[in-house]
Amino acid sequence: MTDNIRVLVAKPGLDGHDRGAKVVAGALRDAGMEVIYTGLRQTPEMIAEAAVQEDVDVVALSILSGAHMTIFPRVMDLLRERGVDHMLLTGGGIIPKSDGDELAKLGVGKLFGPGTSTRDIIAYINEEVARRRVADEI
Amino acid sequence: MKLLDRFLDGDRIALSRVITLLENDRNRRSAILDRLYPRSGNARRIGITGPPGSGKSTLTDRLTKQLRISGRTVGIIAVDPTSPFTGGALLGDRLRMQGSWDDPQVFLRSLADRSHTGGLSEATPHAMTALDAFGKDVIIVETVGVGQSTLDVSDVSDTTVVLLTPESGDSIQAMKAGLMEIADVLVVNKADREGADRFAAELRTIVDLGRWEEGWKPPVLSVSARDNTGMDGLYEKLDAHGDYLAGEGRLRRRRMRQGRSAIEKALGEMWRGRLTKLRDADCTMDRLSERVARREIHPLAAAGELMDELSV
Repeated sequence: MTDNIRVLVAKPGLDGHDRGAKVVAGALRDAGMEVIYTGLRQTPEMIAEAAVQEDVDVVALSILSGAHMTIFPRVMDLLRERGVDHMLLTGGGIIPKSDGDELAKLGVGKLFGPGTSTRDIIAYINEEVARRRVADEI
Repeated sequence: MKLLDRFLDGDRIALSRVITLLENDRNRRSAILDRLYPRSGNARRIGITGPPGSGKSTLTDRLTKQLRISGRTVGIIAVDPTSPFTGGALLGDRLRMQGSWDDPQVFLRSLADRSHTGGLSEATPHAMTALDAFGKDVIIVETVGVGQSTLDVSDVSDTTVVLLTPESGDSIQAMKAGLMEIADVLVVNKADREGADRFAAELRTIVDLGRWEEGWKPPVLSVSARDNTGMDGLYEKLDAHGDYLAGEGRLRRRRMRQGRSAIEKALGEMWRGRLTKLRDADCTMDRLSERVARREIHPLAAAGELMDELSV
């Protein structure tokens, strides 16, 4: 298998600050990944649909608005509903550690805050995807 | 249930997985196509190509909506380039194709070209086969932004739409060869911009001077995909070209020509595969390269020797 990792980078909600999402998308591309960038103002439903059609390994959300306790669980539910919860749901933004711990209990992956090195994100994704990939019987 | 059974059962997740396997898993690609290929061939295939920024995604989004209004289901493959340096890719076509995101009858997949030349990825025709076998009525394939010689799209489309903008004017001389020749329909997008009329007139002159199949002279249409003007004319021409192909076995002939080209490409891939194996496993290549360097044998003769060795 050619192991091109596919990542959906999306920015849910109404805040218009997508610089972080773009920096991460660029860094993942430079790390050899195929990044599907859907841009601003995505609803959880749009994100889950795109994840299904693009068959990504990772769904990465950038949330700065404080709505993370609503959006992450909702996206997680929608992925489960569609039977694709093997995908890694991760992301970043302004997210207190206690909230991150709570989201982790729901199956959400590590969340990255300001000042994170893109190298750490890349290493985390590589490791998680290797662990999660499933072989299909045709 | 196994993956292909789920696929044939109409499971979209399975369709998505199958496209991934067709892309990644060279060993099982042929086995998957064994099941899918006989079920394909019913969809109408429309290729959209043109320079970067000419509006291919926006036009595809509009066209998709129109096709849905007329009751047809749609599959879309959108190709973007892979970086030859890192192997990574930023696939951004989805950004401008969000008009039908909540329509379960539209399936859009972005593919990286994985450094395949020709404007499509190697797996694109197979992904189209999957959408076709899944039962999509129309398949739209959108190429990477192309220049002159990235013409693979005409090998996988029934109708090829070449999209240009008034700014493409300067390079039109170069486009006379190649890109212009594969167009069944020519579209000048962003027609609200200055110089659009003159440019469209110029294009018509080039079409008049060129060669075209009997019975179909590629029309030149002016549209603005963003503002949704002139699009009805495009839909009419697309239908008209479909009708044209349906007559006198034209579609069958076109697909036969494409079949030949697909076989040749597959053969090329297989040879390359063998060659790689040989290079890895054997010292024949080393021996020959040394002789080529010493001018004992020229590269064509050396390749001939390799060819003989590969055929056994």
